[in-house]
Amino acid sequence: MKRSKTMEFGVGLFMLVGILGLVFLGLRVSGMTLSAPSDTFRVEANFSNIGGLKPRARVTMAGVTVGRVEAIELDPEWYDARVVLRLNSDLEGQLSRDTTAAILTAGLLGEQYIGLSIGGDPDVLEDGDIIRDTQSALVLEELIQQFISNMVSN
Amino acid sequence: MQSNIKYSAARIARLGRKGCDTMESLGRAGIFLAQSAVGVPSREGWSLWLRQMHFVGVLSLAIVLVSGLFIGMVLALQGYTILVDFGAEQALGQMVALSLLRELAPVVAALLFAGRAGSALTAEIGLMKATEQLTSMEMIGVDPLRRVVAPRLWAGFVSLPILTIGFSVVGIWGGYLVGVEWLGVFEGSYWSNMQASVSFINDIGNGIIKSLVFALVVTWIAVFQGYDLVPTSEGISRATTRTVVYSSLAVLGLDFVLTAVMFGGL
Repeated sequence: MKRSKTMEFGVGLFMLVGILGLVFLGLRVSGMTLSAPSDTFRVEANFSNIGGLKPRARVTMAGVTVGRVEAIELDPEWYDARVVLRLNSDLEGQLSRDTTAAILTAGLLGEQYIGLSIGGDPDVLEDGDIIRDTQSALVLEELIQQFISNMVSN
Repeated sequence: MQSNIKYSAARIARLGRKGCDTMESLGRAGIFLAQSAVGVPSREGWSLWLRQMHFVGVLSLAIVLVSGLFIGMVLALQGYTILVDFGAEQALGQMVALSLLRELAPVVAALLFAGRAGSALTAEIGLMKATEQLTSMEMIGVDPLRRVVAPRLWAGFVSLPILTIGFSVVGIWGGYLVGVEWLGVFEGSYWSNMQASVSFINDIGNGIIKSLVFALVVTWIAVFQGYDLVPTSEGISRATTRTVVYSSLAVLGLDFVLTAVMFGGL
């Protein structure tokens, strides 16, 4: 069987294009980082209403992304939403115990995310701790209802 | 009355025969796939595979990349005119990337692949059968399934996912050209919105799984139609047409099923 070198070279190049394309998709398009996913720590927060918050939503502090929402589930004890957050590990031992978490909306109709703001307690949040002070999502219907009932009572 | 019954009976018999034929052909296709897929590449098989990779993959690269570029550009243009009404043109990157990765790249690359490579595979194998090359191979003790079919099957299976990846990359770049360079979407939001919404496993991974399934189906249909045709010139032309028609239908139908399973929460 005659094997031509240019053909082998072409097929090799073709495979290389595929691998490089996959790397491009991974790094540039899906924004994967090469750092290990283990350098995070876990914090929980209970909200009475999460609105449209979704898993993988951003967790920010002063507008800077510091983590992601890992899971959302119903807490059957209090019938509120238990949200599990994954925060960057360089914040471990930096956030005070009375840090507050609020569900905010990007723009008027944008996606919802969690904003953390620091408190003044000398104790700090560790892996697995629970954020006590939370502020629920702004649900537009409730807001309108409140507004209308205020108008009527006035 | 009598003739009427006879006529209906003949029709029913024809229907049954047609059903049996279809089943037999499906069965032959399954046995055919099982027999040729086990053709483990030996040293010689490796070079046969390489030759087919060149023909099926490398030579299809140009048409796939050019189509990808244009589809990405059209997506950006169409998406921009809709998104700008909602003041959401920042989400353009996300729209282009998700529609390419999840849907358009696997499907359009598979359709182009069926037209560019599948029809050629059918015609080539069909001509080998019509000129009794396959029978001669069997006479001298060479298994045509191993020598002719297996390298083509494996080459198609490997090259379509690579072509799909290339299609996505070029399409996203085309979207960037139109959206950012031409229409003036802010470059940072094009990429960052894309990165925030595209997940490697769920979007890119599922797209590649789709293209693997399409690769198997399209190449299987192509080589089987070539191997199973009526060995005349008319038979070859019919089989080539059937390859393109069947693979296109199979790709589009399977795409719905796969999408329902992957993204529809089925």
